[in-house]
Amino acid sequence: MFTTKLRRIIRWGMINFWRSGTVSLSSVLVLTITLFVIGSLVLSSALLHSALEQIKSKVDVNVYFKIDAPEAAILNVQKYLASLPEVQSIDYVSREKALAAFKERHVGDTAVMNALDEIGDNPLGASLNIKAKDPSQYEGIAKILQPDASLTTAASPVDTSIIYRVNYYKNKVVIERLNKIITSTRQLGFAVSILLATIAVLVTYNTIRLTIYIAKEEIAVMKLVGASNNYVRGPFMFEGVIYGALASVLVMALLFAISLWLGGVTENFFSGMNLYLYFKQNALQIFVIILATGTVLGSFSSYLAVRRYLSV
Amino acid sequence: MPALLDISFSVKQGEFITLVGHSGAGKTTLLRLLLAEEAPSTGSVFYESKDIHAIKRSHLHTYRRKLGAVFQDYRLLPHKNAFENIAFAMEASGRTDEEIQANVPEVLGLVGLRDKMWSFPDELSGGERQRVAIARAIINQPEVIIADEPTGNLDPINTYDIIEILKKINAAGTTVFLTTHNKGVVDSIKRRVLTMDKGKIVRDDAEGKYSL
Repeated sequence: MFTTKLRRIIRWGMINFWRSGTVSLSSVLVLTITLFVIGSLVLSSALLHSALEQIKSKVDVNVYFKIDAPEAAILNVQKYLASLPEVQSIDYVSREKALAAFKERHVGDTAVMNALDEIGDNPLGASLNIKAKDPSQYEGIAKILQPDASLTTAASPVDTSIIYRVNYYKNKVVIERLNKIITSTRQLGFAVSILLATIAVLVTYNTIRLTIYIAKEEIAVMKLVGASNNYVRGPFMFEGVIYGALASVLVMALLFAISLWLGGVTENFFSGMNLYLYFKQNALQIFVIILATGTVLGSFSSYLAVRRYLSV
Repeated sequence: MPALLDISFSVKQGEFITLVGHSGAGKTTLLRLLLAEEAPSTGSVFYESKDIHAIKRSHLHTYRRKLGAVFQDYRLLPHKNAFENIAFAMEASGRTDEEIQANVPEVLGLVGLRDKMWSFPDELSGGERQRVAIARAIINQPEVIIADEPTGNLDPINTYDIIEILKKINAAGTTVFLTTHNKGVVDSIKRRVLTMDKGKIVRDDAEGKYSL
């Protein structure tokens, strides 16, 4: 009984979709625009995310040690820092490596090379490059390494006497500003997404409401010949599912074309983030999101729109 | 001002009732009350022992399946052909596909439209549409047929045909409730006539004539 009913509902949904011709086509197109907005929001938030990650990864804190600091003590500091949960990675640059890097940077610069020869000894100290998981955690890390004497009397867990300088305090303003920019960009992106998605959903709902307004009389007749609410509603809801399914296929084709076209540009601009590759890797996931949104939006709009005319 | 006032009457099974009256006398409102399309501000309508206006809206379809309704403007589903219009009423009451395949052509034959089975309403004449509507109304073997001016838009020959079909249905035991403006129709039926005026039933004749 139930399967017969379901089969009939699906059949009528398809027949109605086909016979309504232009009305169905325009509903599919409106839903396509809606889903395209939602799909683009998914893709652009991925772009934004990767851009922010890249900026974040460029920030680090460097600890410079005194020239006479023993290597074992430095490695102790590294070991302690590595045990902190907020630290993502630590890069140890020994005195020799620092000198090699310095020489490489100034290769061909005879004045610098001569000065270096004049000194004879390696004038550079070792350093640690610390990356935190989140830019807001740098301040805490820096405090451990260079406790503010006026604020805290507790001894630092590491031997701070071998530390020459922590460059956090020099970069503090920049890091804090970057933090603020990242947070507010995230919030703005979220707000814009919500706004656009809401507008798109409302436009879809109104379009479907109009198509069902045309069928107002029909709904009344169906009720008068003894059809139950569910049996009247079913085919309209299934039509909504067809709108959503067709629209999501169209949107995938559109997004594919656009990401193909913009792939190279985004790779240059965001260095490392290729929109086309991202789309290709996540195509299934994006399709599922769009398909689910489309079919739910289509059928739920139909459900709401039909409900107004069922009270016959 | 209420559309209906002090209305009280009962109908026995198998009766053929003709409701006559000027436009605005309240005939259509009365039929709408019977179909539960509208609820009375006071008073009740009983079908057997059940107050139909006390039935919940979501359960009304079970009551309506016992009725067959025919309207002046046919009210066919415009995007469904003759076969589908009739099949829809059967599907709605949960009949099997086999029953539908067997009964729909038969009832279309009964109203003389077997060859127009696949025509859409806008490809049919007024008389043909009304015959499809009657076929739809009787397909589920209802206990009552309610026909609101079914001949209002039809020429005399089609009018005659439609009334003959209604008489046949009635002869098979179905109660028929008909409203009409047509004096010739009323006089030819020779059954119970209710006459309405200004929202009241002013005459109730067991074998009435059109008298206004």
